Amino acid sequence: MAEQAFSNLDTAPVGEPRPHSITADFSSDRSVFKNVSWGKAMMWIFLLSDTFVFSCFLISYMTARMSTTVPWPNSSEVFALTVGGRSLPLILIAIMTFVLISSSGTMAMAVNWGYRHDRRKTATFMLLTALLGATFLGMQAFEWSKLIHEGVRPWANPWGAAQFGSSFFMITGFHGTHVTFGVVFLLIIARKVWRGDFDRGRRGFFTSRTGRYEAVEIMGLYWHFVDLVWVFIFAFLYLW
Amino acid sequence: MAQATAHSSAQGQQHPLKLYLIVWAWLFILSTGSYLVDYFQLEGALRYSLIILFMLLKAGLIVAVFMHMAWERLSLVYAILVPMSAILVFVAIMVLESDHTLLSRVTFFASGH
Repeated sequence: MAEQAFSNLDTAPVGEPRPHSITADFSSDRSVFKNVSWGKAMMWIFLLSDTFVFSCFLISYMTARMSTTVPWPNSSEVFALTVGGRSLPLILIAIMTFVLISSSGTMAMAVNWGYRHDRRKTATFMLLTALLGATFLGMQAFEWSKLIHEGVRPWANPWGAAQFGSSFFMITGFHGTHVTFGVVFLLIIARKVWRGDFDRGRRGFFTSRTGRYEAVEIMGLYWHFVDLVWVFIFAFLYLW
Repeated sequence: MAQATAHSSAQGQQHPLKLYLIVWAWLFILSTGSYLVDYFQLEGALRYSLIILFMLLKAGLIVAVFMHMAWERLSLVYAILVPMSAILVFVAIMVLESDHTLLSRVTFFASGH
């Protein structure tokens, strides 16, 4: 019986996407995520937990907004900017969205060049990603100071329900923190790539282990996740 | 697909550059779409369904292609995506809860917060 189970396992084609492979993987009494490195699996599990954190924030925002008897501020007007005497709704948020999507694109390029072991192109695209991330943060700082100047506080604002401020600062602040950490880690990994750590098997400062170009992909998973969260924030916090 | 899978298992996720560029372009188009929803001040069911549609398409493209979920082993895909259904259950619970809260507020504090 056991023999049969293991022989099934060994002959099962690697990475063949069929339901049978799930039960076989989970019941194999070995590492479940075959051909997925532990670093990547752990990043995915971290991102799953982070998804729950952001979901809790967005759900609490939904609950506050649905249960208040006070009118909710009109985000289209709150986040409007006057450019050349004309009021454009949500223009800054739209630009921030495009900046973050561009950074996701450059990150995908970096991962691609990483797997081709092109040291310079990988590092360049990672630095470009970090630069776009920093640009996003700069615009977010501008938006925060504009709103604070207009009197938005976590406990009150001039336009309506008080929970608007707490939801806004909590959600965008936590997302901005993620972007900040992303930029820091992008710079760290880009430096390793540029120096050729992954080509020469140089040991890391913190872990004393040799790295691989897969680190770029794992970094990319985190960065794309930050972009992914922004997609939901853009939809629910700004457009809804 | 089978070839791509074999390739990705051997030495990481390698896919044609063109695929990324196409997805990138689509993300721009979809983001423009969701911005235009607000720009043209669409209202009601049309507004909310378009917001949700653009959001899910963007999220799907990012997860499937940029994060390589489309080529990952099925056990990893399920381990990550199935637990997320708990979020939908949580949303449903909190919708009921906030309806109840709103009803109580309207009933007991006619003008309150």
